[in-house]
Amino acid sequence: MNRFLWPLIAVAVLLGFLVLGLLHGDPRALPSPFIGKPAPQFELPTLKNPEVTIGSKNLAGDYAIVNVWATWCVMCRAEHGFLLDLAASKTIPIYGINWRDSRVEAIRWLDELGDPYIASAYDADGRVGIDWGVYGAPETFLLDPEGTVVYKHLGPLDPVIWQREFVARMGASGGASK
Amino acid sequence: MIPEIGQFALILALSLAICQAVLPLVGAHRGDAAMMNVGRSAAAGQFVFVAVAFACLTWSFIANDFSVLYVANHSQLSLPTIYRVSAVWGAHEGSLLLWIFILAAWTVAVARFSSGLPDAFAARVIGVLGFLSVGFLLFALLTSNPFDRLVPAPADGGDLNPLLQDPGLAIHPPLLYIGYVGFSVAFAFAIAAMISGDLDRRWAKWTRPWTTVAWMFLTLGIALGSWWAYYELGWGGWWFWDAVENASFMPWLIGTALIHSLAVTEKRGLFKSWTLLLAITAFSLSLLGTFLVRSGIIVSVHAFATDPTRGFFILTFLAVVVVGALVLYAWRAPALDSDVGFAPLSRETFLLLNNVLLVVATTLVLIGTLSPLIIEMATGGKISIGPPWFNVAFLVPMIPLVILLGMGMHAAWRTQAASPWLNTLKIPAIIAIILGVVIPLFGYGRISIMLVVGCAAAAWIVASALIPIIRSLRREKGTAGITRSALGMSIAHLGMGSFVIGATIVSAFGVESDRALQPGESIEVAGFEFHMKSLGNVQGPNFSAIEAEIEIRDDGEYVATVRPQKRQYLVQRSLMTEAGIHPGMDKDLFVALGDQLGNGAWSVRIQYKPLIRFIWLGALIMALGGLIAISDRRYRSTAKARDKVPLDSTKTAEAPA
Amino acid sequence: MKPRQQRMLAVGLAALGIAIAAGLTLRAFQDNMMFFVEVSDVVAGNYPSERNFRIGGLVVGGSIERQEGSLDISFEVTDTACTIPVVYSGVLPDLFREGQGVVAHGRMGDDEVFQADKILAKHDEDYMAPEVADSLSKHQQDIADAAVAGAAECRSNDS
Repeated sequence: MNRFLWPLIAVAVLLGFLVLGLLHGDPRALPSPFIGKPAPQFELPTLKNPEVTIGSKNLAGDYAIVNVWATWCVMCRAEHGFLLDLAASKTIPIYGINWRDSRVEAIRWLDELGDPYIASAYDADGRVGIDWGVYGAPETFLLDPEGTVVYKHLGPLDPVIWQREFVARMGASGGASK
Repeated sequence: MIPEIGQFALILALSLAICQAVLPLVGAHRGDAAMMNVGRSAAAGQFVFVAVAFACLTWSFIANDFSVLYVANHSQLSLPTIYRVSAVWGAHEGSLLLWIFILAAWTVAVARFSSGLPDAFAARVIGVLGFLSVGFLLFALLTSNPFDRLVPAPADGGDLNPLLQDPGLAIHPPLLYIGYVGFSVAFAFAIAAMISGDLDRRWAKWTRPWTTVAWMFLTLGIALGSWWAYYELGWGGWWFWDAVENASFMPWLIGTALIHSLAVTEKRGLFKSWTLLLAITAFSLSLLGTFLVRSGIIVSVHAFATDPTRGFFILTFLAVVVVGALVLYAWRAPALDSDVGFAPLSRETFLLLNNVLLVVATTLVLIGTLSPLIIEMATGGKISIGPPWFNVAFLVPMIPLVILLGMGMHAAWRTQAASPWLNTLKIPAIIAIILGVVIPLFGYGRISIMLVVGCAAAAWIVASALIPIIRSLRREKGTAGITRSALGMSIAHLGMGSFVIGATIVSAFGVESDRALQPGESIEVAGFEFHMKSLGNVQGPNFSAIEAEIEIRDDGEYVATVRPQKRQYLVQRSLMTEAGIHPGMDKDLFVALGDQLGNGAWSVRIQYKPLIRFIWLGALIMALGGLIAISDRRYRSTAKARDKVPLDSTKTAEAPA
Repeated sequence: MKPRQQRMLAVGLAALGIAIAAGLTLRAFQDNMMFFVEVSDVVAGNYPSERNFRIGGLVVGGSIERQEGSLDISFEVTDTACTIPVVYSGVLPDLFREGQGVVAHGRMGDDEVFQADKILAKHDEDYMAPEVADSLSKHQQDIADAAVAGAAECRSNDS
């Protein structure tokens, strides 16, 4: 056989591996077992008013997003500006779950930086987080009007991700604005 | 408006690139001079429009136009202007535009400086480069458009990753890309030769300067990246065998083999198919590197966060380019074998060994980089292959290479008599053995086999490389001195020697120590005293920081004061460690702040790095050697006119040595 | 040397080089490869003894304990099903925080505590190492299923 074909053969094998590698999937794509299922039931005191509770019942009726955040979470700070813009545009109600945090610190954080949330639930020990399958902060869940989890995003939100992952899933209803 | 102009300019550039790709190749096939000449004009036009697009993107950054999505994601109102410019290439879409820009620039350079080449050949080279431009422009326009708009535009952007807000890292991508992309010229030269079926010593002579310039820039780019990682990542390492580092190192290794192989082809008309293959491989590795970094297939500290669609596009492009080139190779290479021979002891043999060893080294790096991925796909097990493996594996071909380096420089072409050669090598050998023992033992107080090998190798290379220079300085009046080509070679090899000694000493004698330190306290590391005088807050343009003032003394005598910082950037709120470094050719003293330990104490990492600067100095000297080599007389215009007349490639006339 | 002999020399050398490379790669798969072991597997006893390996997961909120003024630190790592205690002495990476993903190199001590000699967190936009995320994802499914059936359990080697 023409010995000059060896490089071609070697490259073909390598390319094969690389194709398989790509098909193997994006190492960053993480399926959540809760997608397509109703959001886990919960009821927690709100952050600012411990006597008032907030829970799954408040979330139904329209598209909503639930954002898991904490003051010790660096990336939450990074996405905060975007959340404020989103809240100001009145596109969609934003609920927060303040996860494994200090109530005092969290309230101070919102006072200092602005509060994009209709209300934040205070999940001190993280139990509700576990129920929701939270790995870390920030995480954001998209719920449809029936309260089913449509999508879960790990990591900070930005305009690109918002358009591509959230708006795209919200369909004709649920005021998606550009 | 401006972003739309930029986008339109890219589309125009694409149409010109298509002309540039198709017409000259067809013209060369038909012997149609008019069509062939289109190549040069199309290349110039493409360059202009790409430059316009690049300028539009840069303007969007400087003017803080956050209605452009790319700008919104990677810039910020408080970002200093200079970093607004470097942010242009700080992420995927912009760096891709930079790649396209540099490719267009190289093409124009080839068009401008190719008057000495036969028209058909030049046309084919420009055509191939045009084809590559088309691929990248399509990639940008279809999957990675930097001019996508964001509506409504946010009031402020997401900020440039603080790691990238640094002068060193600002220049690193341009330098690196000039190198990477420059290998496309050697690639185009190879394809052009294979299409026409003509590959002779003239071809090697034309290809050599282009390849050497690309290699020079790649050397500088890699060295800069290493230096940046050292002072910016905060932990004092200078090479991590990270996938992205390897992606730039593999083309460099093959590029080095290519320069040496081209020397043989130019001088003796040998190794033709080998040289072709190296030229194809060097650029293919550049493309592979791009793929690895941008496809998300390998997650790394440096990798751009991006999606698999882009990965498929690049992989397809890579496949088309490389498979196409290798098919041409399998078709043409068999006819290239030469009848000329060489003796076992000859320069050709040494260069052949050089090439084999560099290819083995590259293969090892490739295996180490891709194995974790392949193993995970095959068995599902997650493993990582890191510095422990690479450091050992890489030394296996490198140690023989370094030894042969000293010997090969003094071997003559075709055949070398043993006795005068051995005689020449006697003194370097003695110096090497002596210094191999003296440097570690008396310089640093410890000795081991690896230390002797490393120091002896460095001394061996340096002594051997100095011989041609010394001989030239001592020559009799009236006799010819050293040519620039040979001088460049000696200097480049001296650079290698500098690198080897730096790497050996810092690896063996570097000290790293994590300690707790409080203001007013002192600790001792590697014989130096580190005293924390104070700890306070400072403000930067877009960050606030805690800064420690640390005084270093040697036996009571004042050495320096360093100010390591822990910065918090205002927007991304990420923490960044700015190390405090006291540099020196003989050693670096390096202090980085860790975190608060309570009681006002902080953890600090202190490092003693002897001879570490010789590593980057070595790279600079190597690049300088390359520069000197290409300034040799034979590459200048007087010789060019002669090349226009086609040379019968079956002639085997000897060239002057 | 005739061309035929040159070619044989080149091929022979290349083969030798590749043989050495192959030898080294085999060696790598014993000595220098760093395995990633899930927290649940470690607790169940499936980990390489007598050598270093990596673990990864989330740092359990409230578990970080540090001796005042000392570099010694202890904390717990969880994959949401099981938890391991870790000790480490040294400078921590900037992104090390409760509730964040972390990867640790080291070995299991006799006292069932993981002695880490290196803690990794990355300076980039990803906020979790992929192996950690995969591992968590696997256990999350178990928990989601177990939540329907009862309580999620950490199955350990003894008891």
